[in-house]
Amino acid sequence: MTFSASDLLTLTREGLYCPLGDFHVDPTWPVPRALITHGHADHARAGHGQVLATGQTLRIMAVRYGEDFCETRQEAKLGEDIRVGDVTVRFAPAGHVLGSAQIAIQARGVRVVVSGDYKRAPDPTCLPFEVMPCDVFITEATFGLPVFRMPDTRDEVQKLLDSVALFPERAHIVGAYALGKAQRVMALLREAGYDRPIYLHGAMEKLTELYKQEGVPLGETPKVVAAERGKLHGAIVLCPPSAIQDVWSRKFPDPVASFASGWMRVRARARQKGAELPLCISDHSDWPDLCRTIRETGAGEVWVTHGQEDALVHWCGIQGIKAKPLHLLGYGDDGEAEPGVAEVAA
Amino acid sequence: MNHFAQLLDRLAYEPRRNAKLRLLQDYFSRTPDPERGFALAAMTGNLTFREAKPAMIRGLVEARVDPVLFALSHNYVGDLAETTALIWPAPDVTASLDALTPGRGDAPPPLGHNNPPPHIPTLAEVVETLATVKKADLPARLAEWLDALDETGRWALLKLITGALRVGVSARLAKTAVGALGGHEADAVEEVWHGMVPPYLSLFAWVEGKAERPTTLNPAPFRPPMLSHPIDAETDFEKLDPAAFSGEWKWDGIRVQLSGGRDEVGSQVARVYSRTGEDITGAFPDLAQAITFTGTLDGELLILKESRVLSFNVLQQRLNRKAVTPKLLEEFPAHVRAYDLLTAEGADLRPLPFAERRARLETFVGALDHARIDLSPLVPFATWEDLAEARADPAAVGAGADADAIEGVMLKLRDSPYLPGRPKGPWWKWKREPHLVDAVMMYAQRGHGKRSSFYSDYTFGVWRPRQDGSLELVPVGKAYHGFTDAELAKLDRYVRNHTVKRFGPVREVAYGLNEGLVLEIAFEGVQRSTRHKSGLALRFPRVHRIRWDKPAAEADRIALLETILARGTSEIAPGATLEIPS
Repeated sequence: MTFSASDLLTLTREGLYCPLGDFHVDPTWPVPRALITHGHADHARAGHGQVLATGQTLRIMAVRYGEDFCETRQEAKLGEDIRVGDVTVRFAPAGHVLGSAQIAIQARGVRVVVSGDYKRAPDPTCLPFEVMPCDVFITEATFGLPVFRMPDTRDEVQKLLDSVALFPERAHIVGAYALGKAQRVMALLREAGYDRPIYLHGAMEKLTELYKQEGVPLGETPKVVAAERGKLHGAIVLCPPSAIQDVWSRKFPDPVASFASGWMRVRARARQKGAELPLCISDHSDWPDLCRTIRETGAGEVWVTHGQEDALVHWCGIQGIKAKPLHLLGYGDDGEAEPGVAEVAA
Repeated sequence: MNHFAQLLDRLAYEPRRNAKLRLLQDYFSRTPDPERGFALAAMTGNLTFREAKPAMIRGLVEARVDPVLFALSHNYVGDLAETTALIWPAPDVTASLDALTPGRGDAPPPLGHNNPPPHIPTLAEVVETLATVKKADLPARLAEWLDALDETGRWALLKLITGALRVGVSARLAKTAVGALGGHEADAVEEVWHGMVPPYLSLFAWVEGKAERPTTLNPAPFRPPMLSHPIDAETDFEKLDPAAFSGEWKWDGIRVQLSGGRDEVGSQVARVYSRTGEDITGAFPDLAQAITFTGTLDGELLILKESRVLSFNVLQQRLNRKAVTPKLLEEFPAHVRAYDLLTAEGADLRPLPFAERRARLETFVGALDHARIDLSPLVPFATWEDLAEARADPAAVGAGADADAIEGVMLKLRDSPYLPGRPKGPWWKWKREPHLVDAVMMYAQRGHGKRSSFYSDYTFGVWRPRQDGSLELVPVGKAYHGFTDAELAKLDRYVRNHTVKRFGPVREVAYGLNEGLVLEIAFEGVQRSTRHKSGLALRFPRVHRIRWDKPAAEADRIALLETILARGTSEIAPGATLEIPS
């Protein structure tokens, strides 16, 4: 029997597993050896033995879980081949959040790329996605329906700035995931010329500090002082999405409830969340970019991990590309989860 | 079109009235004629054109998109217009969806004579084209527009042309925003509104101070009505002098205005307007033929059969009809009980005191002598106690069989002119006591706007015996007002601390024979309902008191509500929406 991708990567209870290298990729349970694509909590969990990830991802994990989040850690340099057991792995930027990477796994002439979460749209806070040619491309499908075509983020940020100009007496509270989305919104605001302080909920302070240390300029980002909330007229305040429905948001002056998320593309979703100013800003690939990326990798086979896999598998079929859903459990979508789920988890 | 689309998009998500007003004002002040005029027409429901059918839109999109992908998407998004707006492929690329968009990181292809920029249609262009386009040409035009617009633009266009433009803006609010451009009240806009046509160039010129106030050429115009305040029996009466007021019945119908006059060639023009200035003449041809006069009558629309006023439930059957058939006219004859005269034979009577207008009204209605228009009688009283008795038992004080259609009494200051709007002081309404029921909170939902972090909408239920005799709670309504901010904070805390299940923005709270919060609900009546499991729904329910002290098991049983329904005292809630057949 010839060696195939399904020999290189199998599925276990913990997630994707490589028997030849004896490691898991983004395992959802503690394992002896884990390769981590990026720092979001559903992909990067604490309690593994050895962890191999980019330096930035390792530092994000340390901020989130403490320095002892695993027994030993190893930094993966982008673009370098690393030998793990009987396989060679290579990390390349995924464009999703700071430090995010895809992982190419190669042995006996077969190359599989686990893309983790990724996007192609420009993001001033992380390195852009690099295409890695492969035999099997493992992709997410969070926004895997053709209705998800994300607009230019500059227009979305302008919506926020226009609203601040029109309602200068109201606080604008933007719900955004604490790792990645929040910092991207800050960077986009700075690109648009907004130079006033951007106020932060306490939950995003440490990660934002880390972004700055990693060389991402975000300007002045003071933490919201509880007693001062009532004075933040016309301010832009970033908080985790769940905080908007929380008592925390009440004390701001006539707050505008805004959310920065790809889910805002669909009105029913935006309304369900109670968004008054939905900003369609996604850290995942939209439909055209999922399709484009699959084609550019030259992969003859596609495995779809999580999201709207049916449509993407169908599309691959039309293109003559073999495709199957993996039905991986345990991956949400980075605080862009279905309404309600994030709230329960928070 | 794109600016209009952006406005609609913002309005659709904005819950606050004042914020909507600001968005509208901002749009009207920045948008040139005639674009803003057509936008105003679209929002006030004054555009007429050939509407596109959903089947046509489906046909257009299915010719461009893989049917499986479209079906999956439609299923996910739920709304045809929105799905189409989002999935519509960019033009000038190969037909299949994969090549939809070049990477946003890439430079866009240079525009030139081989690649002209798409022409983005203005709203004015869309409206003008739709008014004249041949049916067979519509799909091609629509496709061109969809190619040129972005997602939001396509959504707004599709909503507009399918006649489903609902963005939570009333005609009144749009007019308020227009008036505010020049510091005018909405009523001032209403005065000149009827008789004007889109794109309202003279209206905008006037509010912006560039032209004189437009003279209305409408011989039967709408006059903004005078509205009343609810009286607080505990505190207001002691400050008021009974001798200064006239009393009238408060009829449980709908407020209308009958306006008549002669046009330039001498033909009679007759109009029936709703309280908000909507022209509802088409729905009431039987009333229109009674408007043989030149003048404006203010009164209550009722169904009168065999000289007896029927209840609001009966009136509703006339209102919620699509077509006005001869059978409908015969079964539910419309009638107006007049209580004010605003103009007569070209004279504006509104500056006159009520007592004088009333005398003129009596003469006017007497001279008119039409079976469909009569006078709302005065309710004589000398003291507030007299009035209280009349309110408690209208039948005993001359209302006779009509008492069922009376929902209280009105007080009108005898020397007050007719003032549009809701001035405080001259007119008071004193409604019949509401019904009360003790119900148990079952679900709570987060509110909107300022209340978006509060669980402020409560579904409540009453006890119903099961077959085996045990009791279960069945929902009978939902209330979201009647409490103070401090009480809301306490209710919110209660909900958060007693949640047993969550469904998105809704929480189910703990309830049962041994636990649960009792809310004393005030309401105006009981209706049959297919929406609630109980088969009943309360009219205009609000939280009257929070019974922190009362055990849930002691809340009321459904039999109480069924008795009220059976008594036929289920007249209308003041908050009920008016649907006019078109």
